[in-house]
Amino acid sequence: MDLVAEFLEVLVETIRDVLPIAAVLVTFQLFVLRRPLANPRRLVLGFGYVLLGLVLFLMGLEQAVFPVGKAMAAQFTAPGFLGVDHTAAGHSVDPAAYVWLYAFSFAIGFSTTMAEPSLIAVTLKAKELSAGAIGAWGLRVAVALGVAIGITLGVYRIVIGVPLQYFIMTGYVVVIVQTMFAPKLIVPLAYDSGGVTTSTITVPLVAGLGLGLAESIPGRSPLIDGFGLIAFASLFPMITVMGYAQASEWRAARKRSPDATSDPATPEESPS
Amino acid sequence: MNWLKAILRSLSGSARDLAFIVLVISFFQLVILRQPFPDLGKALVGLVLVLLGLAMFVRGLDLGLFPLGEGMAQAFARKGSLGWLLAFAFALGFGTTAAEPALIVIAEEASEVAAGAGAILDTEEARERYALGLRLSVALAVGVGIVVGVWRILTGWPIHLMIAVGYLLVVVMTVLAPEEIIGIAYDSGGITTSTITVPLVTALGVGLASSLEGRNPVSDGFGLIAFASLTPMIFVMLYGMLI
Repeated sequence: MDLVAEFLEVLVETIRDVLPIAAVLVTFQLFVLRRPLANPRRLVLGFGYVLLGLVLFLMGLEQAVFPVGKAMAAQFTAPGFLGVDHTAAGHSVDPAAYVWLYAFSFAIGFSTTMAEPSLIAVTLKAKELSAGAIGAWGLRVAVALGVAIGITLGVYRIVIGVPLQYFIMTGYVVVIVQTMFAPKLIVPLAYDSGGVTTSTITVPLVAGLGLGLAESIPGRSPLIDGFGLIAFASLFPMITVMGYAQASEWRAARKRSPDATSDPATPEESPS
Repeated sequence: MNWLKAILRSLSGSARDLAFIVLVISFFQLVILRQPFPDLGKALVGLVLVLLGLAMFVRGLDLGLFPLGEGMAQAFARKGSLGWLLAFAFALGFGTTAAEPALIVIAEEASEVAAGAGAILDTEEARERYALGLRLSVALAVGVGIVVGVWRILTGWPIHLMIAVGYLLVVVMTVLAPEEIIGIAYDSGGITTSTITVPLVTALGVGLASSLEGRNPVSDGFGLIAFASLTPMIFVMLYGMLI
């Protein structure tokens, strides 16, 4: 009975959330573009699916994904698992003791990104539009590595307790410097890849992990240290994607003229 | 039986997405942690709900929202009325973000954390208002971000200069904003742009760049998401300063 009551409650909230978009789209279509809706029955059916799907999804997240992230965080930082004694050693646990936590963060970042459907779509589109100069597979790996490194570093930050903004600002400087040297074609794509990667399932899981860590590591506060992992996961793909473009450009230049070192001509700039 | 097949196909897509997560978690749970999983039954039920929900959600988007949105994005890109195009860009960014599932969940969690730490009152009403305020700030920010991005495609302004200015604003806001909002503000940039927003916004950008002369769909069509991930940081920090 509990589940039914929850279902109805979430349903009402979701209708309130989704209705505005539907209203906006339909208004624009009818009154600005002045075109009839192409297939109203399909549209209504589609909205029904979206609503119902969203309700189930939100209920599931609440029950499974968030708690799992938190539970994993608690288990990885448990004194028994680390083999250290929090209470006796005061507040300082050697950051190196959390090595399995880092491994887990890396693995979860890499695997979820490789499987991310919207990333697959974007990389294929990029390959098509660049006439093959940007490899879909290489781009995917570059983004996944970026997310994995980002989350791992973000977790390390929570462990050592340095303010988030120092890391992110440094990242920005790296991005800006790289932008000056990266092939121009890749820059907007690289900037986009940061936002694309963090999917609907990954976000709550990673957020749960961060909040759980901030709760269970002594001396951290969930409010100040718990968030920030997603910021890391969106920043680092920019760096790795531009790095990937620079590396492939450098390799292509070397292959074409083994003795020329100052060759700016790249396959990316050839007419498409 | 066609719809059943379509749901099943969508289900297998979501299942693959989740399978990796389940695999990684089980490996660490069984091999490294070697502990019984807390609340396994509840987690499994939740997982099934997530899987079903995501499959239906994506199927619904494919049926209704995506064809409509993409068609409209292309129509507006071709129509040439600047005011309406910008209005549509804003509405698209605002509307899709307001309904973003990940954002709904995170805003709720953030309000609980803030209430727990005493940053806001710990009442149902105060928490709901805080979560709604967060979501509206982010939605507003994404709307503005998409408008800026569309403007860039139209004018051909260099993206890296605009992003650098955005970063500068983020730095300034970080100095001014209260400490407890910074984490959630930085995160909000990545949260916003997922399931609904990315495909629609990318369609708008690529459609726009391919309908304008002398624009390259790759270097001009992409880049909208970048603005949509940058502006929320600024707006959420502003929200943190106002409350």
